[in-house]
Amino acid sequence: MLFAVFLPVLLAIFIPFLSKWKEKIHTGYFVLLAPLAIFIYFIPSVGNDFSPINQSYNWIPSLNIGFDFYLDGLSLLFVLLISGIGTLVTLYSIFYLHTSERLDQFYVYLLIFMTAMFGVVLSDNVFVLYAFWELTSISSFLLIGYWNYKERSRYGALKSMLITVFGGLSMLGGFILLSIITETTSIQAMISQADVILSSDYFGLILAFILLGAFTKSAQFPFHIWLPDAMEAPTPVSAYLHSATMVKAGIFLVARFLPIFSGNDWFFVFVSGIGILTLIWGSYMAVRQTDLKGILAFSTISQLGMIMAMLGFGTSAAIFAAVFHILNHATFKGSLFMIAGIVDHETGTRDIRRLGGLFTLMPISATLAFFGTFSMAGLPLPFLNGFYSKEMFFESTLHLNESSIGFANVLAQAIPYLAVFGSIFTFVYSMYLVFGTFTGEKHLDKLEKKPHEAPIGMLVSPIILVLGVIVIGLFPNIVNSTFLQHTAEAIYGQPMEEVHIHFWHGWVPALYMSLIVVGVGIVLAITRKGWSSIYNLFPGKLSFNKAYDFLLDQSEKASAKLTNFYMTGSLRLYMALILVAILVCSFGALWLTDGFALDTTNLAEITVPEVLIAITMAIAAICTIFTRNKIASILILGVVGYGLALLFVIYRAPDLALTQLVVETITVALFLLCFYHLPNLRERTENVSQKLINIIISVAFGALMTTVAISAHSTKLFDKISDYFLETAYKIGGGHNVVNVILVDMRGIDTLFEIVVLGIAAFAIYGLIKLRNKKEAE
Amino acid sequence: MEIIMSILAGVLFTTGVYNLLQKQMLRIIIGTALISHGAHLFILTMGELKAGAPPILEDAIENYADPLPQALILTSIVISFGVTSLLLVLAYRASKENGTDNMEKLRGSEND
Repeated sequence: MLFAVFLPVLLAIFIPFLSKWKEKIHTGYFVLLAPLAIFIYFIPSVGNDFSPINQSYNWIPSLNIGFDFYLDGLSLLFVLLISGIGTLVTLYSIFYLHTSERLDQFYVYLLIFMTAMFGVVLSDNVFVLYAFWELTSISSFLLIGYWNYKERSRYGALKSMLITVFGGLSMLGGFILLSIITETTSIQAMISQADVILSSDYFGLILAFILLGAFTKSAQFPFHIWLPDAMEAPTPVSAYLHSATMVKAGIFLVARFLPIFSGNDWFFVFVSGIGILTLIWGSYMAVRQTDLKGILAFSTISQLGMIMAMLGFGTSAAIFAAVFHILNHATFKGSLFMIAGIVDHETGTRDIRRLGGLFTLMPISATLAFFGTFSMAGLPLPFLNGFYSKEMFFESTLHLNESSIGFANVLAQAIPYLAVFGSIFTFVYSMYLVFGTFTGEKHLDKLEKKPHEAPIGMLVSPIILVLGVIVIGLFPNIVNSTFLQHTAEAIYGQPMEEVHIHFWHGWVPALYMSLIVVGVGIVLAITRKGWSSIYNLFPGKLSFNKAYDFLLDQSEKASAKLTNFYMTGSLRLYMALILVAILVCSFGALWLTDGFALDTTNLAEITVPEVLIAITMAIAAICTIFTRNKIASILILGVVGYGLALLFVIYRAPDLALTQLVVETITVALFLLCFYHLPNLRERTENVSQKLINIIISVAFGALMTTVAISAHSTKLFDKISDYFLETAYKIGGGHNVVNVILVDMRGIDTLFEIVVLGIAAFAIYGLIKLRNKKEAE
Repeated sequence: MEIIMSILAGVLFTTGVYNLLQKQMLRIIIGTALISHGAHLFILTMGELKAGAPPILEDAIENYADPLPQALILTSIVISFGVTSLLLVLAYRASKENGTDNMEKLRGSEND
């Protein structure tokens, strides 16, 4: 499984080389192999006698992080979706993207996304899951911004990134809390401790954090605003990431943690409430759109809301319906996106107001679109899979669990009506989409190109998906016990009785609900033009996009203001700020840890020569501030250096004393050499307050170092490590001078690098002196 | 004695930092030199002062001064020598190119 997950990324390494021949053979053909191979690898797992598989590979064992892959029914459904749709989308993209585009980048991003997505659905380790989760956000960002010369693309990419990464971070917070409470990083182990989590004090926080991650990723209200803007991506990407797979990662997350949360009333209220709200809002907004992909984007939002709502119900019937709908949605929405891409490709526009009457020109695409939209609308026809899952959705809204919270009960009562209400708009936009594009008057004069049927290669993928729609519609039970049953059980957490999907269940309430949707929907769809003023009226100018833009704009302005406040270009100010930061941190740490200590027992005795040297050095150091004469200041600096050399002699450090003497002599000589060229020291024309600040900073810094020195000397936390050097210097270094042995033997490489540093400095000095710019040379 | 040396290191740091915060480049170089002197003294004080003979192994001697700070300081002296010389030449070159050695005037501009 490790290989399967990383196969796409491994392939991605070779893509730049392969794309050299992109004129001869489209790079997509190589890419196609990865998802196809993975699909074939996992397909044998489908069957009646499936049982979960666990595989572990160590990564960072000390942090309890590893590639623990867990393949159960839920991950299997997603793995097959990712690899299956991935294959079809790659095939489609070969005909969609011309070889003059930057194919290598596109496919590298796409392959990274595949690996990330497989990682998300297969990881049992929460932190590995999080890492892959963010990787999907990043690859989505790159893919949305693929046409980076378009401003809308960049805007959409940034928006999706900001919103999903914000959610991802909050999810990480939830994971950290979970792993602290349960003392494990494995999701399965967390599920087995569900009661510990439910009774924990942090349960509310965990729920909120994880749901925030799921809602942002799955474009739930009010975080849905990134998805319509993400439609700037090339259509294969929209079909793949923003319809079939990545946006379902949030659904996956909720489904994965459902065994922990299910039964909790707040979980029901939030997930189902937001889900239903998203369903209604998405389908209502879809009717207002004029861009084909815009309609599909809002339609995706609304369908995701519906699946989310069903997961929130938590009953076995609802979960089965949700799983069924995940599969169905991938088939019909995937094909519709591809058709929209074909229409765009062949006519040059996606604006539905300029389209119409394309049926006679593009009969195959149109037929496929009719199957897709009718399935999406939930028309009661026995060869459309969308009808079954919609019917099961209605059915499940009628059988909700009793709740202890009054509000939850009210919501449960209202949900069937809300579901019907939202579905009416689903019906309306579905009809609007297909009839507006393919029937009615032709506006060929308004189109940039003369439309004709797409090449067969482009049609293969949507045909396969529509065949899926029809086959599942005709024989719903073939995917049932072999496949979906396992998925539903994996989410539900316990075995459930086998579900038989029938087209006809008699005159049950769910059927009436479907008929109401279809009936009212037809009326609204026919009279859609008359309602358009109302559609435009609400929500009018108040939208969440405005809020997002405002927030982004303000935060940019605020940070620019803050940055300009201290980034003045004055290096002195930066220096002062850095020093103050050091002071605050160090004194803060000293104070918080009670670090100051004074131990006078083990001190060396005070002798007169040392004190005299120390006083001389101190006076000389202070004089450097007041002197105005260049030579004087350099010589005074020399006094400090030679004083230090004397101290080295007294403190039994002959090597240091020698080096210090030599270096000090050379330095003074060097100063005097440069002396001629350097400008004279000037009167210090500082105002008093600036002077005072400088004095305070420098005195505080000196005090800090003295405090640290005394405290460090007085605190002995462990034995000296120097004894090791004294004992082994002769044995392993073969030298009597321990300092030398340390430098050239034990830390030989360090010394080598030190020599390299000096060498670089020498080159730089040489360069600075010798190299002159042209102006100066002339 | 360690306490006196700590205070001396503190004085060296104080004067060094004060010079570092000045406008003129030469003062900044003097400041860095003072700070490195202070740092060396600081490190030396971390080992015990006068705890034994110089760390050159001889048969008759049991106690030696701590060799580790000395090794560190030796490295540091050489590096700070490199830093000081580079800074000196840089200051010389910068003041010649720009016609000023006043740090407040050397701010660069948005268009560079």
